[in-house]
Amino acid sequence: MTSMAKPKISKHLPTNELGLTIRNYEGSMSTLCAGCGHDSVTAALVQAFWELSLAPESAAKVSGIGCSSKTTAYFMGQSHGINTVHGRMPSVATGANAVNGDLHYIGISGDGDSLSIGFGQFAHAIRRNLNMLYIIENNGVYGLTKGQFSASADIGSTTKRGVPNEQTPIDPCVQALTLGAGFVARGFSGDKSQLVPLIKAGLMHRGFALIDVVSPCVTFNDHKGSTKSYAHTYKYYHPLVHTDFVADADEITGEYEADGGMSVTLHDGGILNLRKTESDYDPRDKAQAIDTLMQPRENGEIRTGLLYVDENMADMHEANALPDQPLNKVDYKELCPGSDALGGFLKGYC
Amino acid sequence: MRERAPATFHRSGESSLKPTNTQDPDYYHKVVDCQWACPAHTPVPEYIRLIAQGRFTDAYLVNRRSNVFPGILGRVCDRPCEPACRRGRVEEEPVAICRLKRVAADHRDEVAHLIPQKPDTTNGKKIALIGAGPASLTVANDLAPLGYECTVFEALHRAGGLMISNIPSFRLPEEVLDEEIGYIENMGVEIKYNSRIDSLKDLLAEGYDAVFVGSGAPKGKDLNIEGREEASANIHIGIEWLENVAFEHTKAIGKKVLIIGVGNTAMDCCRSSLRLGADDVKVMARKPREFFKASPWELEDAEDENVEILVNHSPKRFVMENGKLVGMEFELMEYELDERGRITDQRVSGSKIIPCDDVILAIGQENAFPWIERDIGIEFDKWGVPVVDETTHESTLKGVFFGGDSAFGPKNIIWAVEHGHQAAISIHKHCENQPVTERMPRGLNLQSAKMGVNEWMYSNTFEGAHRREMPLEDLRSRLKDRKLEVELGFTEEQIVTEVQRCLNCDVQTVFDPPLCKECDACIDICPVDCLSIVPNAEEADLRQTLKVPANNLEQDLYVSEPLKDTGRVMVKDEDLCLHCGLCAERCPTSAWDMQDADIFIPHALEEVKGVAAE
Repeated sequence: MTSMAKPKISKHLPTNELGLTIRNYEGSMSTLCAGCGHDSVTAALVQAFWELSLAPESAAKVSGIGCSSKTTAYFMGQSHGINTVHGRMPSVATGANAVNGDLHYIGISGDGDSLSIGFGQFAHAIRRNLNMLYIIENNGVYGLTKGQFSASADIGSTTKRGVPNEQTPIDPCVQALTLGAGFVARGFSGDKSQLVPLIKAGLMHRGFALIDVVSPCVTFNDHKGSTKSYAHTYKYYHPLVHTDFVADADEITGEYEADGGMSVTLHDGGILNLRKTESDYDPRDKAQAIDTLMQPRENGEIRTGLLYVDENMADMHEANALPDQPLNKVDYKELCPGSDALGGFLKGYC
Repeated sequence: MRERAPATFHRSGESSLKPTNTQDPDYYHKVVDCQWACPAHTPVPEYIRLIAQGRFTDAYLVNRRSNVFPGILGRVCDRPCEPACRRGRVEEEPVAICRLKRVAADHRDEVAHLIPQKPDTTNGKKIALIGAGPASLTVANDLAPLGYECTVFEALHRAGGLMISNIPSFRLPEEVLDEEIGYIENMGVEIKYNSRIDSLKDLLAEGYDAVFVGSGAPKGKDLNIEGREEASANIHIGIEWLENVAFEHTKAIGKKVLIIGVGNTAMDCCRSSLRLGADDVKVMARKPREFFKASPWELEDAEDENVEILVNHSPKRFVMENGKLVGMEFELMEYELDERGRITDQRVSGSKIIPCDDVILAIGQENAFPWIERDIGIEFDKWGVPVVDETTHESTLKGVFFGGDSAFGPKNIIWAVEHGHQAAISIHKHCENQPVTERMPRGLNLQSAKMGVNEWMYSNTFEGAHRREMPLEDLRSRLKDRKLEVELGFTEEQIVTEVQRCLNCDVQTVFDPPLCKECDACIDICPVDCLSIVPNAEEADLRQTLKVPANNLEQDLYVSEPLKDTGRVMVKDEDLCLHCGLCAERCPTSAWDMQDADIFIPHALEEVKGVAAE
């Protein structure tokens, strides 16, 4: 952490459609270690939200426990939010989403919070297709408890003292694909040129959007022998597709497709322009996505980018025919019709 | 596992910038915008930090080494540092640098024993200095403590040059002037008053080892239009009139006064007129306001005293009635400007007579050298200005040096001081029979400012307060007393706040590329978004690919060596950096460090010692 909060200087900055500068999207001072990848993910979220010209108060930030889960305090200080119990963020997000579908739900979790204590919750939020952006800041260790391996640590990756991990890792992207997620991506905290468009796309996707972000732990997992260090990730970084999020659907896409690109129109407006990098990868093909991720990591490649997208799935609201109107906008008398109405309702079950 | 560079971060086949050479002392010097802009390169942030610590005497001495007259310049400097100040780019207004200089002078303890002293013995070299203005006095200040016998020839009965004769006492009290000139006299410098030099040839014959000409630009321009001769009793040349006021030969002026011209001399003339009995003073400008030569604060001070400034009035003739000046006729001008604000066309749309009792002409001044014989080896150009080397200040006659306004035309005090420093080096070289062109280079010493975890040897917090306003003497009382100083000096609260507004630009952000792991921490925390890690490119392209485009082309880009993991480069746009040190606090490997830059500007003393100063 730093000795002081970032001074709010904005004279040099452009404003977005709401007349806000990027400073208006920042939060309180980070208390994470200097150089933590999570702070870069925070900066990417700030950037994405500002670029989309979404009002900070249109977001609800939810998180559990862990270094990652602290970060909701570090962006968009003007948003709604709640820090929940360890691994229980998806339940709280589900409840919040059920009664108010108007907000942009951003869940920030870690490999411990999502893949160990909260693994069940994680799985069922995906099954429900909760309309939220779910970011896992994945560093392979438990940083807050001084660097034990987490469930995402690769076999052979060593601790700071040189002890190798022997247990098989859980890949959250593979899990999400098999559980039926409609938006699965992997990013790296060190590459905002990829991460910011992914966050924008994930926010505008209707349904559950998972972004697994390799976000190195600078204190406990950034050494030689770690497979989640900055140096290792840069060395084996391998984007499968390049993603551009275009907010204005009127922009020409035909030319893009003729050039070998692919485009996906998002439910809430906006278009994803996708371009293959080296491999022949189509993120609309789920079988290929699972197959690619299940293959041994040839050459040690860390495959990143938008791995899978399906824009045609019903989210929780639609599948369960939940009311469109947020409950906090329902008239009080209608929302709480009184004891007589309750009595009448209960009689129906007698 | 294969060894593979991540292709995504590269652009191949494009040319790119070379890593910045931070060993060049001028690179980090330029980052200290105020110091770079100051002709004498006063280490501004350093003295402001000393003031912040209450070390007023030390702050005064740091100033004095560079600019010799901190008390004088703390009041009347032309302040090229302030428009350059980075703070003015970060928010609305620059740090009140000049005001703080005066704070150091006002609150210092006795310094007479701390400044260079008269040496026990002389070196036998005799130097003649013509004119006791800031240029000559600086030469004497630099040379006398080294043993040179300096004799200053002054035409008037007081020392100071235009500082005494042209700058009114209500801006620069005589005590301040006398005290700072006194320090130089006490070094064993002899000032011969009432000793106008009428022949340089005769002076040269007296056998001085070197002669320095610091006689200023003493000739005020005249305006030869209809009625000039007839009305001469009520038409005054600005700088002559100011001198007469200063020495009390002139004690009154008419009720209605017109000042022709709108430079700083005009501002002194209009404000002096008000103190000599005028009650309706108008400054007549030929062009629109954006073409005014006066410093913005001097215009403000004059308008504060209810002086009216009229634009687009071009003098046509003096109007006489019964043999007495009663007014002036002006042509009313209209100008066409292009998009860059330059005049492309002008026309006269009419004329107007403005009544007046007196007119003061303040339309510029010129060098005048009737006393330099044209056959002694000093070349003059076609405008009658001597040919002087810009670095050495030597004329075409070996051993004769020029400085101040007499060298390159009218500038200001701080330029005169710098000319004096440079001429002193040349005079020393000349007297030692060394080539005057072989001068000690500027230097740079960097020292880490780190004191502990997130602790620095300077205050790195950002003070959000706006510039403090100078408290002024009440208007009624200042007009009653010509000598009453208008500016009262900063209060305690103002000093405490204003020193914290300084961004400490001399505490440099120094980057060590091999240590960087490209975690982006510095980029994310930077409050002015001046850092980027990007593929290298040509400068014009690179400036546009940064986190915030670097559109201020006057400010340099720092470009690192290629970084080890991706081959990209760290780029810093020097334009807006707050020097807050957050990049260094956020850096996990100390690839960024804050380092105090001591920029070394050699003077004659260091040339003698042959080593860099402390």
